[in-house]
Amino acid sequence: MTTLIFLVVLVVVVLYVIGAYNGLIALKNQVANAWKQIDVQLKRRHDLIPTLVDTVRGAMQYERDTLEAVIQARNQAVKIEQAPGASVKQTAQAEAQLSGALSRLLAVVERYPDLKATGNIAALQEELTSTENEIAFARQLYNDTATRYNIKQAQFPVNLVAGVANASPAELWELTDESERAVPKVDLSLDNR
Amino acid sequence: MESLDLFSQQDRNRRRSRWVVAAFIVFFAWLGFGGDFRAWQMTAGADAGSYHHVVPWFGVLLTAAGGAIALFAWKNGPGRVLWSASAREVVTPANDLERQLVNVVEEMAIASGLPRPRIWIIPDLDPNAFATGHDEHDAHVAVTEGLLLALDRDELQGVIAHELGHIRNLDVRLMTLLAALVGAVLLVSDGMGRMMRFGRLPGGRGGGGGRGRGKNGNPLIVVLLLLWLISWLLAPLIIRMLSMAVSRNREYLADAMSAQFTRNPLALASALEKIEHAPEATASIKKGSAHLCIADPLGRRSNLHEGRLAGWFGSHPPMVMRVARLRAMGYQALKREPTTSTAIEA
Repeated sequence: MTTLIFLVVLVVVVLYVIGAYNGLIALKNQVANAWKQIDVQLKRRHDLIPTLVDTVRGAMQYERDTLEAVIQARNQAVKIEQAPGASVKQTAQAEAQLSGALSRLLAVVERYPDLKATGNIAALQEELTSTENEIAFARQLYNDTATRYNIKQAQFPVNLVAGVANASPAELWELTDESERAVPKVDLSLDNR
Repeated sequence: MESLDLFSQQDRNRRRSRWVVAAFIVFFAWLGFGGDFRAWQMTAGADAGSYHHVVPWFGVLLTAAGGAIALFAWKNGPGRVLWSASAREVVTPANDLERQLVNVVEEMAIASGLPRPRIWIIPDLDPNAFATGHDEHDAHVAVTEGLLLALDRDELQGVIAHELGHIRNLDVRLMTLLAALVGAVLLVSDGMGRMMRFGRLPGGRGGGGGRGRGKNGNPLIVVLLLLWLISWLLAPLIIRMLSMAVSRNREYLADAMSAQFTRNPLALASALEKIEHAPEATASIKKGSAHLCIADPLGRRSNLHEGRLAGWFGSHPPMVMRVARLRAMGYQALKREPTTSTAIEA
């Protein structure tokens, strides 16, 4: 009788371990997949920027600095992206810099009405908005998935299996300090963060 | 609310889809074999030379027909639904509005982690939208031209996210199946009703003798026969009620998923109000697929109140309730000042 109970308990435990292990592996793959999504969007953004710069360059003689900043930030981001083993944090930082430079450029474009009227700036802007959104949503999905993975592997019975499944906490894509990506707009909010 | 309990909802939809198909076929078998039994009863007492109904070919035929219809609905449901709304697919966007639609769908596909669904536009000026499909790999999102004209980018995002929520939940499978089956049953019951009425006279006369035999036999059989007749008469109504009851709670859930994907419930709330305040009914969406839409295309009054009767006959929860829930979500998020992207899920 006791051996029977022991066997049943053993089977239950083994089944649980298998389930937890597979669950962790599945989540790990989801995290990797979500990261790949971000990568695709970042690449698209990097490809879009030269077109944008070419379109606006002629009309913006006096905004060299803004344009230079975008180009530099873009090249830096591409370099980080292509470097093997770049961490989430490094990528996030480079991309945040690029976001900041881009939004400054777009704010400047607003000041050139004839530039907006001519050319395909409107279409380009929709394209850029969409890409920025896609990056934001891809990041959101990545962070959600990574958080789920991190919570799962830290919770009690699962954390015993985590070592076997080779699970380690995934790094979240944090928004680095706000000043870098600040849009040149007057901030009227009362709290001074 | 752990990721809105996605997996149990998917399981429920899978299970219910199978049940609906099984019930559909059983129902047809019941109608068919019931008819066989009646015919056997009527001809059993006839003379030796005349016709005796022994082979239950009514039942066999009707069961086969039910199976064929169900198979067809399972395989071609999405195509039928889109065809009945006369939707056209957007392959390469023709103008800025279509470009924006395609971009928004791509963004929401990323946010929800789904493959990009196929995109369709319905030539109708009333704002409305629906999703259909079998699973996430065979999914379609359709919006009316009026929706593209009426909503701004953020609102459109909320609506598309709502539809992707239906796809993610596998609501689309069950709801498309029902739409296709409702269409088929309405057609079949119309035809059969005509045949029944046509065959009533000789059946009625012959039934007199048959009833006498049934009486001294089994009262259970009389009850079953009565039930059989009633189910013939009520079939369209039963199926219609089923398709309505099935969609109400899903709308709340899809609204919540939209908020989870966009982190912007207020945009969906204002989109719903715009859709609600558009005066006309969406003419190109037929009754059979009304339960698929984000807002009732027929503008029925029973959807205005949350109550017993509305619970039976309304296909959508009252818009006021949906907007109120979304607003509550939005203000909660504002109050909490989410610093991480997981704030709403917690």
